[in-house]
Amino acid sequence: MSSPYSYKVIKHFQHPKNVGRIEKPDAKASEGSPLCGDMVTLYLKVDPKTHKITDIKFESYGCASNIATGSIITEMAKGKTIDDAKKITWQKASDELGGLPPVKTHCSVLAVDTLKSAIQDYEEKHGLAKPEDIALTEENVKRKLKHVIDPRNGKDILATGAVKAVSIESGIVSIELDMEKSHQFANNMKDEITEALENLTGIKEVEIKFLG
Amino acid sequence: MKRYYFDNAATTKMDNDVLEAMLPYFGDKYAVATSIFSYTPGLEARDAIEKARKVIADKINAKADEIIFTSGGTESNNTAVLGIARKNGEKKKHIITTEIEHISVSRALEDLKDEGFEIEKISPDSEGIINPEKLRKLIRDDTLMVIVQHANDEIGTLQDIGKIGKICSEKKVFLHVDACQSFTRIPIDVEKMHATSMSFSAHKIHGPKGVGALYLRKGTKIKKIMNGGFNEFDMRPGTENIAGIIGFAKAVQIAKDEDCKKMKELRDYMIERITKEIPHTKINGPLGNMRLCNNVNISFHYVEGESIVLRLDMKGICASTGSACFSRSLEMSPVMKAIGCDHELAHGSMRFTLSKFTTKEEIDYAVDNLKEIVADLRKISPLGK
Repeated sequence: MSSPYSYKVIKHFQHPKNVGRIEKPDAKASEGSPLCGDMVTLYLKVDPKTHKITDIKFESYGCASNIATGSIITEMAKGKTIDDAKKITWQKASDELGGLPPVKTHCSVLAVDTLKSAIQDYEEKHGLAKPEDIALTEENVKRKLKHVIDPRNGKDILATGAVKAVSIESGIVSIELDMEKSHQFANNMKDEITEALENLTGIKEVEIKFLG
Repeated sequence: MKRYYFDNAATTKMDNDVLEAMLPYFGDKYAVATSIFSYTPGLEARDAIEKARKVIADKINAKADEIIFTSGGTESNNTAVLGIARKNGEKKKHIITTEIEHISVSRALEDLKDEGFEIEKISPDSEGIINPEKLRKLIRDDTLMVIVQHANDEIGTLQDIGKIGKICSEKKVFLHVDACQSFTRIPIDVEKMHATSMSFSAHKIHGPKGVGALYLRKGTKIKKIMNGGFNEFDMRPGTENIAGIIGFAKAVQIAKDEDCKKMKELRDYMIERITKEIPHTKINGPLGNMRLCNNVNISFHYVEGESIVLRLDMKGICASTGSACFSRSLEMSPVMKAIGCDHELAHGSMRFTLSKFTTKEEIDYAVDNLKEIVADLRKISPLGK
């Protein structure tokens, strides 16, 4: 029978490993949005001395390829140091699963990206990130904002041009956003942006100016 | 594994009586009528086709010579849409249609747009219903034709073709109706509906695949979309698919109103069970008499449709979803978009379509499993917590 999915993908899809959430995680990341059709949230517990991943869990709103990839990469990452876990690429995950249909690549890449973002979140929170990567600069703010998805169209808020201006002054980041203040997603946007920027060194406050 | 088939809007199981009727035409009755002055086996073939033509015509209150056999719904839609526009559209370039047509209509219209026609699409309301008065206001002096699907294949919405047809006939514009989903499930009368042309498909009604029909009102001129012999009143060249045509007629003959009544009851039973027993759902399309008797379409918040389809398949249940992940184009269903469904609801939409063979036990089995699967997938979803 010519199912587009390998036996292993189906097995992981049907009985995904490490599913759920971790209360008080050491790090956490979400990628994607319901509009893209796929969304993954990943939680990490990391041993502060050895930097080994002691627990890892994920949640998925997505198709079989997305769920199976989440399952396999959490299996692969568990017990590894964060440096080793960073080396888990999409190709390795896909090989481990016996291949994925080309049309489903983006759904599984999303799961791998979420692991990378969660590790980055850990590094930034625990003084392991390069200082220049988390310095409060316009460049870093914009890099972080690329991970915030505009719920109106499923694309990141920089790509859509929703971010009209960014300015930084004594620890306060001001962002001009092309969205009405009364828009149903306005609060959600504020929360998402604040969370995306929280690890930047010396950030005190995020101010969103809603335009229109 | 026992299979529980809930994708009857895609295709249906061929009835055994239909198969029986077709079999001789795969065997001894292989001759075709190459001429009206043909030899005896050829004339017998001609008679068989004409009898079948009369069966289809009678079912929709048409005359036999208004029925053209085709390869199916797609060809019928293409023949009518392209054929009528190309033959009659020299001065009138305006065509009105809806946002929820079958892809064989919408893509044919893209071709016409390239050929200089202006295509105007009416949006339906949130249940998929087209307001006939809204349509009336759009008709202009240069409007050539109106194209409306009788029953929508995804959400089961029925249109008031009688009213739309009356407007079209008053305004003297052609009306093409895609009736592939509604045929034999709702009474069709081409006179009362004032249709210029109408498409039908055999395999949607327990007939064979690869055969359909186009009703074309007498006197309507079209430009053929294929060239060849003089078959089918010189409207559709190519050797007739005799076995298919015979099977199609048989399927129409054995279709019963009671089947539709039974499907309607089972449809409502299924909708009621799902919406009562599974939280956070939304029904797509209308309830009651404006809904096709065999269509159930429900969105499940916080979960993705392809995952549901796969998990159902593991239990032997065949169903469909409007999720982009499932579609060949990776695009959200235009029908879902047109009725104002957001991406999340489209991704989580599931379509179950019944047939005369569907039983209450099968529905119970499907709903029991669906309940478990949706709950399971919600457990692993980051949304809705």
